[in-house]
Amino acid sequence: MREGTRYKIERFFKDSLIHLFLIIVAVTCIFPLLWMVGSSLKTQQAVFSDMSIIPKHPVWTNFYDAWTKGGFGVYFLNSIFYTVTVVSGIVIVSSLAAFAFSRLKFPGKNVLFYMFLGAMMIPLPGSFVPLYVLMTKLHLVNTRIGYILCMINVGLSFSIYLLKTFFDKMPPALEDAARIDGCSKLGIWWNVALPLARPAIAVIVIFNSLNVWNEYILATLIFSSKSLMPLQRGLMIFQGTHITQYPLLMAGMTITVLPIILVYLLMQKHIIKGITAGAIVG
Amino acid sequence: MRIRSNLENYLFVLPAVLIFSVFYIYPFYKVFTLSLCQWDGIANFNFSQNFIGLRNFKELIFQDKVWWQAIKQAGYITLIALIFQNALALVLAMACDRDIKGGNIYRVIFYLPPVLSEVVVGLVWRWIYDGNYGLLNYWLNSLGWSHLTMDWLSNPRTALICVAIIHCWKGFGWGFIIFLAGLQTIPRQLYEAARVDGANSWQIFKKVTIPLMIPVFILVSILTVLGTMQVFVLILSMTGGGPGYHTEVPVTRILASMVGSSRFGYACSQGIIFGVILLAVSFIQIRISKHMNKA
Repeated sequence: MREGTRYKIERFFKDSLIHLFLIIVAVTCIFPLLWMVGSSLKTQQAVFSDMSIIPKHPVWTNFYDAWTKGGFGVYFLNSIFYTVTVVSGIVIVSSLAAFAFSRLKFPGKNVLFYMFLGAMMIPLPGSFVPLYVLMTKLHLVNTRIGYILCMINVGLSFSIYLLKTFFDKMPPALEDAARIDGCSKLGIWWNVALPLARPAIAVIVIFNSLNVWNEYILATLIFSSKSLMPLQRGLMIFQGTHITQYPLLMAGMTITVLPIILVYLLMQKHIIKGITAGAIVG
Repeated sequence: MRIRSNLENYLFVLPAVLIFSVFYIYPFYKVFTLSLCQWDGIANFNFSQNFIGLRNFKELIFQDKVWWQAIKQAGYITLIALIFQNALALVLAMACDRDIKGGNIYRVIFYLPPVLSEVVVGLVWRWIYDGNYGLLNYWLNSLGWSHLTMDWLSNPRTALICVAIIHCWKGFGWGFIIFLAGLQTIPRQLYEAARVDGANSWQIFKKVTIPLMIPVFILVSILTVLGTMQVFVLILSMTGGGPGYHTEVPVTRILASMVGSSRFGYACSQGIIFGVILLAVSFIQIRISKHMNKA
């Protein structure tokens, strides 16, 4: 009995220490974000004197100014547009290809599949240089479609690989049943394969959404008109021109981060599954 | 019939292959041809006229001191990430692997920095580090340590380590998730059996956890090296490579060759050399890990 209580007390102290450590790290993770949101609610005068995290008199007009004068409204809508188009493009193109690689027979199938696989393995730093040259050649610089196609390509290999491993596990009986019912190959892809692959598609959608939303370098090289730029690019431009307008910059950053955090909190289970899957592929 | 069916099947992979060929294979091939040329990116490109042989590579390897400084600095950030970021990630993962209250909440919070963009992370921390208006100096002053205040990101002695710390801040959550997933595959009975045999926590860690986690360690270390060596958006948003060249890394150098000095051929040769270095490093890591697995 005494042994038991001693063990319990020991365990309690140990757990408290662990919690303390975990809480310190957690605070370090959240603090810069709180600071960002807090500062976005201060006036330009207060931001250099009032060092409190939560301002006493929050100024919400900063968000309005950032959205209109700062141009973040345009950037935001552009980011939404690119994310939606690129991610739908990736899902359609990669699921068609993965379905073929997994379920259909044609000469050269393995060579093509390993080509996509190889692209994931070979590091190609600075690939933005030839990509930019290509875009100039095709007159796709400063166009939405050019950026969208580039970004679809970025997410393609991983998605094809993930979906193929998923389709491989699909029971052939289902496919046969659909075929007997008169389903075409395209019909099987749409009616049987895609609904079954929903978990994999969820991972692909979330992962690529984060990736497109956070992409910076291609957006920088491809776009020169502000009306076409996504948020990350817009932030750097704003930072460069209004170097110390911190409240507006922080408001712009809050606008940039908010959708990501919302999606993350709603989907964190899928995201964490995705990282593990992604790491194993890599 | 057979041929028609084949053609039909090709249609399924056609969009993917088309996009992939145009936006991956063609640039891949273009890197190699451009690296042998001198070209400003504007004038009409003509391979036989612009061809200069291996001069780009010669200059890069033997004369470009900033390039090798950039490689060294990326190596420095990588070393810090490899040691501190992963150590922190492992300790946190082990703490959360116990049946601890609120483990899920911690997990959600730790993975918050990795989902943020490098631009946002860089700009927030840039301000916190700022010499005149930064929060860090403000705190140091209020603690009475004003002799420690400085312009963190403009000081050649502190800029690189500051950037490295933020890189670790952004990255440890990722390592944490992978380590945690690895730890959770270890059967609990092994721990219980070791405990019954009288092993203490340290012995269990050394004899049970570490050997079973070696594949995960290898995976994380390879991905950390590949990821950290290629870091650059964080640096663009925090320091832009400065002060001087003190936070330059290879990819910012490639970007500078391309955008700054309009030397597209040189930028491509930098990309190739750096790609080869990365391949070599991962190859060595895989060799070492195979060796460790045998031992």
